[in-house]
Amino acid sequence: MPAKEALLEKFVEKAELVSAQVTTIKSEDDALKYVIDLCDKKEACQLLASGCEADLSDKAEALCDAKQTKVLAAPALGKELYKKLAAQGKKAGFDVIDSGMRSHLAGIDIGFTFAEYGIADTGTLMVDCPSEELRLATMVSEFHVCILPMSKIRANTYAVEKMMLTRMKKTPNYMAYITGPSRTADIERVLTLGVHGPLELHILLLED
Amino acid sequence: MQKAHDLKEYREELRESLDNDFLRTTLDNFAVAYKAGRENAFKDMDVRSLIQDIADSKDAAAANHDALYAEFKKNAEAAGIHVHYAKDGDEANAIIAQIGKDAGCKMVVKSKSMTAEETLLNHDLEDEGFEVIETDLGEWIIQLRHEGPSHMVMPAIHLSRHQVKDLFTDVTGKQQESEIEKLVKVARRELRQKYVDADMGITGANFAIAETGGIGLVTNEGNARLVSTLPRVHVALMGIDKLLPTLHDALRILKVLPRNATGQQITSYVTWITGANECLAEGLEDNKKEIHYVVLDNGRSELVKDPLFSQVNRCVRCGACANVCPVYRLVGGHKMGHIYIGAIGLILTYFFHGKDKAKNLVQNCINCEACKDICAGGIDLPRLIKEIHARILAEDGSPIPQKLLGSVLKNRKLFHTLLRAAKWGQKPVAEGDGFIRHLPMIFSKEHSFRALPTVAEVPFRDWWQENRPYVDKPKHRVALFSGCVQDFVYPEQMQAAVDIFAANDVDMTYPMEQSCCGLPVQMMGEMKVSKDVAIQNLRAFEVEAYDYIITLCASCAAHLKHNYPKLVMDKPALKLKADEFASKIIDYSSFVNDVLKVKKSDYRSVDTKATYHAPCHLCRGLDVHDAPRELIEKGGMEYVECTEEEVCCGFGGTFSMKFPELSAELLNKKLNNVEETGADVLLTDCPGCVMQLRGGLKRRGSKVQVRHVAEIMSDNKK
Repeated sequence: MPAKEALLEKFVEKAELVSAQVTTIKSEDDALKYVIDLCDKKEACQLLASGCEADLSDKAEALCDAKQTKVLAAPALGKELYKKLAAQGKKAGFDVIDSGMRSHLAGIDIGFTFAEYGIADTGTLMVDCPSEELRLATMVSEFHVCILPMSKIRANTYAVEKMMLTRMKKTPNYMAYITGPSRTADIERVLTLGVHGPLELHILLLED
Repeated sequence: MQKAHDLKEYREELRESLDNDFLRTTLDNFAVAYKAGRENAFKDMDVRSLIQDIADSKDAAAANHDALYAEFKKNAEAAGIHVHYAKDGDEANAIIAQIGKDAGCKMVVKSKSMTAEETLLNHDLEDEGFEVIETDLGEWIIQLRHEGPSHMVMPAIHLSRHQVKDLFTDVTGKQQESEIEKLVKVARRELRQKYVDADMGITGANFAIAETGGIGLVTNEGNARLVSTLPRVHVALMGIDKLLPTLHDALRILKVLPRNATGQQITSYVTWITGANECLAEGLEDNKKEIHYVVLDNGRSELVKDPLFSQVNRCVRCGACANVCPVYRLVGGHKMGHIYIGAIGLILTYFFHGKDKAKNLVQNCINCEACKDICAGGIDLPRLIKEIHARILAEDGSPIPQKLLGSVLKNRKLFHTLLRAAKWGQKPVAEGDGFIRHLPMIFSKEHSFRALPTVAEVPFRDWWQENRPYVDKPKHRVALFSGCVQDFVYPEQMQAAVDIFAANDVDMTYPMEQSCCGLPVQMMGEMKVSKDVAIQNLRAFEVEAYDYIITLCASCAAHLKHNYPKLVMDKPALKLKADEFASKIIDYSSFVNDVLKVKKSDYRSVDTKATYHAPCHLCRGLDVHDAPRELIEKGGMEYVECTEEEVCCGFGGTFSMKFPELSAELLNKKLNNVEETGADVLLTDCPGCVMQLRGGLKRRGSKVQVRHVAEIMSDNKK
């Protein structure tokens, strides 16, 4: 098997092992369609099993009430792509935003981003997010949808080391390896997805 | 947390843990699942060389920590970060409180940091009027319960979902259910509000990278990302042990840390923060976050100067040493550490929290070496624990019975005379089957979980003088080291070995001046006696005259091989001899299987199922795994694998005298597994294990026979 295909296969295998949902797409338009469909099918944030249906203290419950419609955040998208997303989102009845994440800390429905690199060894996304808006979109979204161009998959962390250093040296920098959704096993060692970060991670592998 | 004043109180605390069924079941399940998970995570990787590389890079970083700190500070400051050096925990806490006051902060959210646990940061911040909230789920739970962590990675592993439900019912003021997924979501929502309200975030750091001035954080829940993003001030507290020269060093550790900690190939998040990042919180003029690094010494810079203890700096806080510790598995983290948990916890407790907190803990190591075998930094944890025990004894003096044993052991003739006298002393209580009927008065009833053997009629050394075989045209020349148990209690095991060796043209010598190997006294922290005994034994052997020095006792073998050269390190002439001596040490099974290469055709096949117990000091101490199992098959028996075959039987020499309750429980597990195999015979390679296993099976009234591998080889020889 050619090395590239082997890397791709490994990346998918490892990402799925840690509960990421991986889909191959042919174009960025496919990605927009995926995101809009996903947002449509998804229950609105305040109804999702993110705790709002549970009995909470009054203060925490008030935070849930703060949100009314489904919100889709895509802070670091290219201008053209964002325009398209905003138009499609509006049609579907969603709030599409590229800034102002701090007014949505109770949670948004979908954070939509690009990854710089994929690491096949562990099914990891490397997302460079010095901008706070982008960072928060990957943290407070219930579903994080991330596009990874196939050509950007590397074998292991050592293979992205140089690229990381280049970015780190242009300070300030805030970079993340993201592998699957947020998880915990802190109660009785039972694996539970979605603690403080996204409940689901969707990786869109873009053919390029 | 350690509160016991003496060993008696400590043992009472251990008893409470032993009676905690939930804890026992949880930790049992964890021990089994962890082993499988780790193996899977490291599949197809050369773990040993990776660990060696980490050890080397961490050692180099330790030796160079001053320069690394200077480089780290310079690069961090150039990127807009404030860097502070704290000489101890109080100073670190004071610096952090001052940062908070200067910035007008009131509420702190924290992500998990063992270093902050070490300095008891929360208490000091609360005393200064800050509200402090832990956001890692497990840490939040124990904070609400006013407890310390019981595991470095899973701090609330000792609690059940029902206890968490009750706690969350109190916290929210609403009745909660015991469903774990729902409890996690309650925490998600309750804590989200806290991130929003907080004006200061405190994290630890897994890596402090000198070449970039940045830090790396390894987390699963995603809380460290919120803590380091939302509040306008971020403080990262880290020990100088986290300093690394390059990103590459961090990436190397990252290959092992999650795999060793939880069997994950990587955690959900690894966050790399370099420089004062954008922060859009209100009240910041330039949208730059105020970031402070507080780099803690707290004795670390002294520690790395110590030739032996400097390796402590290699610890990456993965917690694996607790995961595989058979004693941790029985008693849990609150009894197996003060703040830091597990084998490394016993060591760090002494250095960070003092002798009084450590003095009981360090005795609770059974020396099975399971921790040393998996440590991410290759730290010789059991040895360091023993050394600390020795230091404490040197300071406080030894208990009197221990002192007596020490002085007896130093004098071989007196020791052997006493052992011979025991033969007469035991007459009134000896039964015909090789056990004593009831335990001598010096034992309390906690020791009755196993029957003890009688001392043999004729010790091996006397038998040898009458029966030494003459070997014509020898192929190998070897010396025998019997150890006390095979000399005086189970001489038949040595005789069985002599039988096979003679039949395979091995010329044997048994130096009569040999004595106890010294491990029992070293286990008690009596380093001086241990050295004296080692020197006596080295002098007893004409090392250059033999091809091998064979012992049937795995514990003696590992001690002679690994510890003797260290014990005489300060005596150059003896050190050379000890090195040669050590290089010639071999265990029975390896010698017969790998050197003599005996054949199946030389042994009768018997219709017997045999299972195996791997002595700690054979499988980990000498890294011998296949030889005994192959011998069982060659020796004419059918080998059936036993569950957890390489887990300690609970003997641990003097450990079983000090902590009989723990020894009994470890033995109990072992024997349950053995009986489940349906084997007729249980074989092993160590007389100490034989004593423990045989005594336990006798008490159970079991039909399973316990034999040394040497005995069945001799029995079935054609």
